[in-house]
Amino acid sequence: MSDLDRLSLHVPEPAVRPGGEPDFSNVKIPKAGSVPRPEVDVAPEEIRDLAYSIIRVLNRDGEAVGPWAGLLSDDELLAGLRHMMTLRAFDARMLMAQRQGKTSFYMQHLGEEAVSCAFRKALNKGDMNFPTYRQAGLLIADGYPMVEMMNQIFSNESDPLRGRQLPIMYSSKEHGFFTISGNLATQYVQAVGWAMASAIKRDTKIAAAWIGDGSTAESDFHSALVFASTYKAPVILNIVNNQWAISTFQGIARGGSGTFAARGLGFGIPALRVDGNDYLAVYAVAKWAAERARRNLGPTLIEYVTYRVGAHSTSDDPSAYRPKTESEAWPLGDPVLRLKKHLILRGAWSEERHAQAEAEILDEVIQAQKQAEGHGTLHAGGKPSVRDIFEGVYAEMPPHIRRQRQKAGY
Amino acid sequence: MTNSRLTYREAVREALREALARDKRVFLMGEDVNRYGGAYACSLGLPAEFGDERVRDAPLSESAFVGAGIGAALGGMRPIVEIMTINFSLLALDQIVNSAATLRHMSGGQFSVPIVIRMATGAGRQLAAQHSHSLEGWYGHIPGIRVLAPATVADARRMLWPALEDPDPVIIMEHATLYNDEDELPADGDMSVDITKAATRRQGSDVTVIAHSACVKKALNAAEMLVGEGIDCEVIDLRILRPLDDETIIASVRKTHRAVVVDEAWRSGSLAAEISSRITEQAFYDLDAPVERVCGAEVPIPYPKHLEQAALPQPQSIAAAVRKAMRR
Ligand SMILES: Cc1ncc(C[n+]2csc(CCOP(=O)(O)OP(=O)(O)O)c2C)c(N)n1
Ligand SMILES: [Mg+2]
Repeated sequence: MSDLDRLSLHVPEPAVRPGGEPDFSNVKIPKAGSVPRPEVDVAPEEIRDLAYSIIRVLNRDGEAVGPWAGLLSDDELLAGLRHMMTLRAFDARMLMAQRQGKTSFYMQHLGEEAVSCAFRKALNKGDMNFPTYRQAGLLIADGYPMVEMMNQIFSNESDPLRGRQLPIMYSSKEHGFFTISGNLATQYVQAVGWAMASAIKRDTKIAAAWIGDGSTAESDFHSALVFASTYKAPVILNIVNNQWAISTFQGIARGGSGTFAARGLGFGIPALRVDGNDYLAVYAVAKWAAERARRNLGPTLIEYVTYRVGAHSTSDDPSAYRPKTESEAWPLGDPVLRLKKHLILRGAWSEERHAQAEAEILDEVIQAQKQAEGHGTLHAGGKPSVRDIFEGVYAEMPPHIRRQRQKAGY
Repeated sequence: MTNSRLTYREAVREALREALARDKRVFLMGEDVNRYGGAYACSLGLPAEFGDERVRDAPLSESAFVGAGIGAALGGMRPIVEIMTINFSLLALDQIVNSAATLRHMSGGQFSVPIVIRMATGAGRQLAAQHSHSLEGWYGHIPGIRVLAPATVADARRMLWPALEDPDPVIIMEHATLYNDEDELPADGDMSVDITKAATRRQGSDVTVIAHSACVKKALNAAEMLVGEGIDCEVIDLRILRPLDDETIIASVRKTHRAVVVDEAWRSGSLAAEISSRITEQAFYDLDAPVERVCGAEVPIPYPKHLEQAALPQPQSIAAAVRKAMRR
């Protein structure tokens, strides 16, 4: 035994730290169109490779290629582009509003717009998303009014949640958007339970669970996979790998498993990795998984490979933990620019129309903001009443809460 | 001896620095504690001094890094585990309550768990229902652990080392609204502190106001407001939530004959209820008025400031309770 070295602890480190040259040579990018598209009833063990590859449709030149291409019409793609541009403009305005003190806190989607915007289009009315705070595209792409989102962000008198939730933690049953939990990962296993209920009721609806790369370390993620696997629940298990969990690089949560998608393999769950910055690829893979769920074939795990271009939230400065130019070096490009290029190539779009759309969208967002600000912002104007905080704790207000409300003078 | 001015946050950092420097077995583990410095920037700069292995970002799993911390403590280390906020500690409750707190007892003394778990607690930063709990009373309920609640910069600086020397698990509750508080402390010299005793922060003769953590300041403010009305409050900072220092509390109540207990947590089943009960058990015949409680409204904490503050004890509501105890 004496010829063995003493033990030492392995602590994973990102490839580069601030001051260094950004380096994504460890992210292996297969050619667009090179990953096969299996039948939806394929045996999971036959597609283990898909957990280690990246499904891509749009190539460098903006062409849609390979077996996952060809699902969306010009009009559908133009709508998708508009959703992503709207989300981006919305984020930019709300970040500005946060700096002006109109809200205390904001989280943006910059670089990740394709994931939630394209996914929403693969679901039907009545299906339920259990999202994180970085999937507002699910709402935008489903037509949830921006004014409502802003009313909540500003916590004003028209806030649909009456000041009882954080600014961006939306909730809309009607739009298939479950109340966001600030405590990470809880929603993942709830989505599985919701899907199981759909199966128990012999309904036709399916669920979608959402989680970030970092949060997959939580126990709820693993428990969700156990339940999804055991009961073959009609659920899509989404992992958004945007490379960072606040300041912690994805290698800390991923450990030695190679990819996040590979987490599904031990559970016998088909697991696919997809280019999260490719609207067409995200849609195609989501559609494939949704069809599996609807045909009662069970869960599918999808890892979206993307990059969090902005800060984690308005309370974070990423220059402390990653090179400033890292986002420019990200090899999968920008989802808006890639779809734009594709649409121009198809002859369905042009630079001029794009610039015009940008201006129109900005105007829409500004109009919505004006309307919302008419109902107040965090520091001025209409506010929810103190009376509201005592409501909705229970379906019916018990006497002790009524007494506390009266004591508070309401 | 020179004094230095520092914030509560810097005090926590100095305490961490001292611990890492003094004992090779000490390491800090938690979410984003390395380059980011932790949710409240307490460990900022420490990785450069002590290395990534001793100031370590853990995978995002509270039950796992608390459990691994317990394992490391069993394995001879002196881990300091940071949990971003107390509500996330609920994911680690089984590890803390069923393991850390019971192992010495269950193993017939063979295993002890010298871990320190730090977490931010409390409301007041507009973080809404899921990030604003004051659950320290829950931890105060558990035999086998010690619970500290530094309310001052000095306590934030001094409590960590004795906590690490304690052979049993210690939880340190840092109130999220205190990190920017400032105070003068001796830059060197004796840093020792007794982590078994409550502290009397203001001497008074008419009524005893008992509080902990961020509510100590509110109680002191209320006491100042009442001076003009001729009411002289004694303010006690509990400091240690388990085991409670009955002696200091009861001695004060025997002197003033009146008590008001302030607790940011929800009223039903609160630490305030426990203290009120101890006063009636041990000093009933000394009381000139029923014990009053000022607690948080029993609702999930709302987001906008005016609603959040309406749900929490305030100097005004504390002063009102004191007047009631004084029959004014
Ligand atoms: C249980 C729990 N622990 C810690 C946190 C604090 N926290 C909020 S977001 C976050 C990082 C999440 O990263 P990831 O899952 O990758 O999602 P992303 O923000 O990148 O979309 C952390 C640690 C939390 N909200 N809940
Ligand atoms: Mg992430």
